[in-house]
Amino acid sequence: MKAKHQRLTLAVLALVALVGAGLLATFALRDQANYFYTPSDIVEKKPVAGKAIRLGGMVEEGSIRHEEDGVTVNFIVHDGTAKQAVMYTGITPDLFVEGSGVVADGKLTSDGMFVADNLLAKHDENYIPRELEGIDMTGNMTKTDTLVE
Amino acid sequence: MIAETGLIALWLAASMALLQFALCAIGLAKGQDELFKAIRPVAIAQGVLVAISFLVLVWLFVRSDMSVKLVVANSVAIKPMLYKISGAWGNHEGSMLLWIAIMGVAGACIGIFERNLKAKTLVATLGAQAFISIGFYAYLLIASNPFERIFPVPADGQGLNPLLQDVGLALHPPTLYIGYVGLSIAFSFAVGAMITRDVGPEFAKAMRPWVLGAWVFLTLGITAGSYWAYYELGWGGWWFWDPVENASLMPWLAATALLHSVTVLATRDGLRAWTLMLAVVAFSMSMIGTFLVRSGVLTSVHAFAVDPERGSFILALLAIYIGGAMALFALRVGSVKEGSQFEPISREGALVANNLLLSAILGIVFIGTLYPLFVEGMSDEMISVGAPYFNLATGPIALILVAIMAAGPLLRWRRDSAKALLNRISIPVFLTAAALFALVLFTTSMSVLPLIGMALAAGIAVASFAPLWKRNLRRTPMHTYGMIIAHFGIAVALVGMASETSFTEEKLVAAKPGDEIMVNDWKIKFHAIEPVAGPNWTALEARVTAQYGDEAIHEIAPQNRMFASAQMQTSEAALLTRWNGQLYVVLGDSDEQGRWQLRIWWKPFVTLIWYGGVLIALGGLLAMIGRLRRAGRQKKQRAYAEAMI
Repeated sequence: MKAKHQRLTLAVLALVALVGAGLLATFALRDQANYFYTPSDIVEKKPVAGKAIRLGGMVEEGSIRHEEDGVTVNFIVHDGTAKQAVMYTGITPDLFVEGSGVVADGKLTSDGMFVADNLLAKHDENYIPRELEGIDMTGNMTKTDTLVE
Repeated sequence: MIAETGLIALWLAASMALLQFALCAIGLAKGQDELFKAIRPVAIAQGVLVAISFLVLVWLFVRSDMSVKLVVANSVAIKPMLYKISGAWGNHEGSMLLWIAIMGVAGACIGIFERNLKAKTLVATLGAQAFISIGFYAYLLIASNPFERIFPVPADGQGLNPLLQDVGLALHPPTLYIGYVGLSIAFSFAVGAMITRDVGPEFAKAMRPWVLGAWVFLTLGITAGSYWAYYELGWGGWWFWDPVENASLMPWLAATALLHSVTVLATRDGLRAWTLMLAVVAFSMSMIGTFLVRSGVLTSVHAFAVDPERGSFILALLAIYIGGAMALFALRVGSVKEGSQFEPISREGALVANNLLLSAILGIVFIGTLYPLFVEGMSDEMISVGAPYFNLATGPIALILVAIMAAGPLLRWRRDSAKALLNRISIPVFLTAAALFALVLFTTSMSVLPLIGMALAAGIAVASFAPLWKRNLRRTPMHTYGMIIAHFGIAVALVGMASETSFTEEKLVAAKPGDEIMVNDWKIKFHAIEPVAGPNWTALEARVTAQYGDEAIHEIAPQNRMFASAQMQTSEAALLTRWNGQLYVVLGDSDEQGRWQLRIWWKPFVTLIWYGGVLIALGGLLAMIGRLRRAGRQKKQRAYAEAMI
């Protein structure tokens, strides 16, 4: 094999690997990317039951209800216009409180309930889930970055 | 005045970097060798000055100097000393100062230790290193001065994100940063070599120890970060494919590819252009990682500041450095002569496969990490890409990669035969097949990837020692042992990952004091909840005892901590480690009936994941020391031979 040929072969191999990786990535992305929904988006776009989605919004005041088993919690997420009922089994994050922002990963069931596998709450007073930044809700959702900036 | 001293040192260091770059540019342009002699001392001076600046910042945090804005925002007087020190880099400005300090010290290290590189290439390398530094100095001095004063002086500071108050934080960022920034040396070497058109085995041998060193730190940093996330976040996972984790994984993948390709260049004078490319890509990934993490484009614990101006500044730096290096590469790649030839079935062939597969994984992680930003930029849609994507897309490639890893070291350089390879690798192949058979037969809960991973690990564990077959163990070079240990570490980590994924048992209960819970062979008894207090927190602590089979009873105490300064809670998981796994208990909330939520995991062999990571790093360290010692010996021999003539 001549030097030129070897270089060409390597280049072709690299290209094949890259294209392969790209194809694999696109294939997996189409299947697995989690689309972000607010309760209004769910009303509008009606995602298919069973598809993995991410829901974000505010926990409605007075909506958190603990089930008899002690580990399941039901609550309502709203974004000012629409509402979505959510069920979660597990330990809720430390900052999961009524009137605060929450992001939930999970699926819609056929009867319209959102079953969450994972809950993310506001990390601290300076943190808002990125997806919630655009949503104007209550005063405590605006960024209160006091001294740093 | 202390803060001003730090700022002055930083300005002086920045001017040294300018001088260093000017010396290099003028020297190379005019061909004046006298200027070259000055460049080492200047690089060392820059390193010393920037190190002083960083130490001053640490000192301000130690003394809780509340006249400095950064200390006020990120520290409190009552914090334990260790976290005061680590608080110096647990924030945006401080972490950028740490970055540039490591970069300066790395430049000084090149100035002091690098003796194998040709004079001209060394000068070009130090010039490139200075050029990168200048941008980051400008960034610190213009956009994020860490020494800014505050007036009026407040009585006390505002604390530090309690999640970051942890031993892990004290060690994880500096380790990772040394790795990130260490790759800048490889980058500068590559730029230097492209400028002087001096690419060959000598260059590769000079670059290799630096790459290995950076890679060891990256490996340790990622391992430590994974363990930190595992026990501190209380979610029981060890890798979340969080963009921030990916930001550290991408440079590691590139550096891993680089340290394999640099060996081809050093030993066989092959893959010249490709090695240069990888050196550029590796540090580019470090910078992209820093940009992703620090700019606030992604929100997480790591994003200290959300400030578009800073984000654009780092983005501009990225564009200049990466774009510049790529342009230089495109200009010079034609004149880099191709190295020697090899057959597809050969050591080089296996290393090329290693490089291609690592690059493919890198590409997939890169796409998955940046795709959400891209989609958001193009449309109003918001998406997030999570673990299912990454596992699905990278898992199969990673398994092919580790399979090739078992075979690679058993191949000869230049050309080998498939038959001979099969002969040498028959025992590991047999072991893998046997393990696969046994796992399919005796386990029920394993999905495909962990199943194949576990089976492969059995074969790799043996295959990694095969290079020692029929060799004199005492005369086998140290770097070969390094490779063996690193490859064995991959097998160890693989077992841990597969086992954790497949055999973890989890229970979520609401328990009253006195309740007993069985998880696997563990008998766990919940006794009581008691309040406890630490230096700057109070906590509710669960008294829990755990007994494995008939063994001794252990006491564990998961907590929910409240931090006074930040008004936030964190949960501290309790871990109980046995040789065959870890028990992981998290305390949740209470309800009206006096029950407390407990989440309990039994994770068989989960610790192997991090032991594996440490072994991989240890292997890299041995390889580095072995290479350095050999280079030293060869130099002595040459000097001796010359003296004899």
